[in-house]
Amino acid sequence: MTVQTMNIAAGSSETSQPVFHVLDEHAHPEGYSTSLGFWIYLMSDCLIFAMLFAVFGVLGGNYAAGPAPKDLFDLKLVAVNTSMLLLSSITYGFAMLTMEKSQVRATQMWLAITGLFGLAFIGIELTEFAHMIHEGATPQRSAFLSSFFTLVGTHGLHVSFGLVWLVTLMVQVARYGLIEANRRRLMCLSMFWHFLDVVWIGVFTFVYLLGMLR
Amino acid sequence: MKSDTHALHADAHGHDTASHGTLSSYLIGFGLSVVLTAIPFWLVMSGVIASKAATAIVVMLFAVVQIVVHMIYFLHMNTRSENGWTMMALIFTVIMVVIALTGSLWVMHHLNINMMPVHNMSQMP
Repeated sequence: MTVQTMNIAAGSSETSQPVFHVLDEHAHPEGYSTSLGFWIYLMSDCLIFAMLFAVFGVLGGNYAAGPAPKDLFDLKLVAVNTSMLLLSSITYGFAMLTMEKSQVRATQMWLAITGLFGLAFIGIELTEFAHMIHEGATPQRSAFLSSFFTLVGTHGLHVSFGLVWLVTLMVQVARYGLIEANRRRLMCLSMFWHFLDVVWIGVFTFVYLLGMLR
Repeated sequence: MKSDTHALHADAHGHDTASHGTLSSYLIGFGLSVVLTAIPFWLVMSGVIASKAATAIVVMLFAVVQIVVHMIYFLHMNTRSENGWTMMALIFTVIMVVIALTGSLWVMHHLNINMMPVHNMSQMP
């Protein structure tokens, strides 16, 4: 398609030199490229997590005679945590569906429920961390624990910032309603939130489940 | 073949409706996710499969399937949105992730094997 446009442009302007950019000025409505740009940000974020997974994959077995996953992890707690994040994903989906129907109150309610599930996830994770640190399994104890806290902590930090973002957007919606800009922002947060759930699939599989099998 | 401006316009209007799911697609995605999460947890917690290596492979397969399910039903990935650029970005990222992960694990595994004598620290005072 671009080649065609270029040829036409080169033909119409009677210069012999070829033109290597699209000449027709098309309109760029506000935010029309936001979702693609945000998707590319998420992909770069995915690379960060891939590096942290690689570090954990390399160092995950180096216990330095310290505690191993079997001594530390409680799979029932992890299962509860996973369901919290999964439930928050579906409730965010409901928020998007009610947003499309322009139901402000219902959208706010679903966003609030999503926030509560997210808060529960962070709460359970922090409890787990506190329990581990109390038992002496601190990030300084072994390479396994350093990489564990870095990977899981980075994910938790993402969820925490997602929660800050969620509250910000709830205030925005309460003030200005479901205007076009707010819909776009909610769409970005939806991609961010679902993406974090995808990363969590990797975490509970490779860190917790495979850790228990070691 | 459409002209560039037409394609952009169609896209700017089209992806707003296409990138959101429906109630049924969210519920199907949620249902599948619950099943695909519950089975690996059950496999590891109960130890039904005797071989640990086999359990690990099954668990990893479930993770891959669940990631695809999330991509389709929650992130609404398809080859059409943004003229396929989201899919291109995803494919590029997956290639980078595979190279980085397999490369790191492979190289460091070999390094570990070659360093074996040093690992025998348990006999030291």
